[in-house]
Amino acid sequence: MDIEKKIKELESQIAELKESRQDKLSIVVFSEDLDKLLAAMIIATGATAYDMEVDLFFTFWGLSALRDAKKKVKGKKFMSKMFGLMLPKGSKKVKLSKMNMAGMGTAMLKSLMKKKNVASLDEMFKTAGELGVRINVCEMSMGLMGIEREEIIDYPHLNYVGVGSYLSDAQESKIQLFI
Amino acid sequence: MTPEELKDIQVDKTVDARGTACPGPLLEAKKAMGTIDSGQIMEVLSSDEGTKNDLPKWCNKKGHDFMGIVEEPGYFKVFMKKG
Repeated sequence: MDIEKKIKELESQIAELKESRQDKLSIVVFSEDLDKLLAAMIIATGATAYDMEVDLFFTFWGLSALRDAKKKVKGKKFMSKMFGLMLPKGSKKVKLSKMNMAGMGTAMLKSLMKKKNVASLDEMFKTAGELGVRINVCEMSMGLMGIEREEIIDYPHLNYVGVGSYLSDAQESKIQLFI
Repeated sequence: MTPEELKDIQVDKTVDARGTACPGPLLEAKKAMGTIDSGQIMEVLSSDEGTKNDLPKWCNKKGHDFMGIVEEPGYFKVFMKKG
């Protein structure tokens, strides 16, 4: 193969790479633990300082953090009601993954956060909204866990999606995380 | 630049991020950087130790000039010039 042809081929491959990996961050937020959610939100908001586009995909237990404690949904089926009762209702109710100690550990961490000027999970969602971080909610896991759109928080950039949206965004993202 | 040189420098913008922990100082630096012109100098006040490593790296990535750090009692100042 002659050199010129080889260079052309390499050039087109480089162009393809540039196209596929952009300054984007995609995080699957699977957990409902306070500590893991904090990590996800700190990385997400921090990435905006790097002018990165940020997409968060909330699925399964992660959905708990998106429940609005003030909103109530009537007419849920029995199983959905049970799930609803057992899942934490919103970002203020989620617990630590370790050392929760019947809520004592979580309360201690929250007071430490305040002392050390770390923003609460609630505040981080607000900041993320202001910074243009997109929240994508997995429609299928909502259905499984009996969570309705009517009980999801008000957030400026929120969409209901499936796995295709995640994969499309993740393919174009330089950083992909699963938390 | 040495801390002695930086102490007398004229800054165009001061960002007081002492009331925030990670990622606060980074977000505030980014926001304030948008308000100044290329070549202007900004100082970020912080007491979050991680910021000392974060902001120089961020400057490097975003094409700004990291100038140095001056220690003050209980906090420090990070100097940078917009690229």
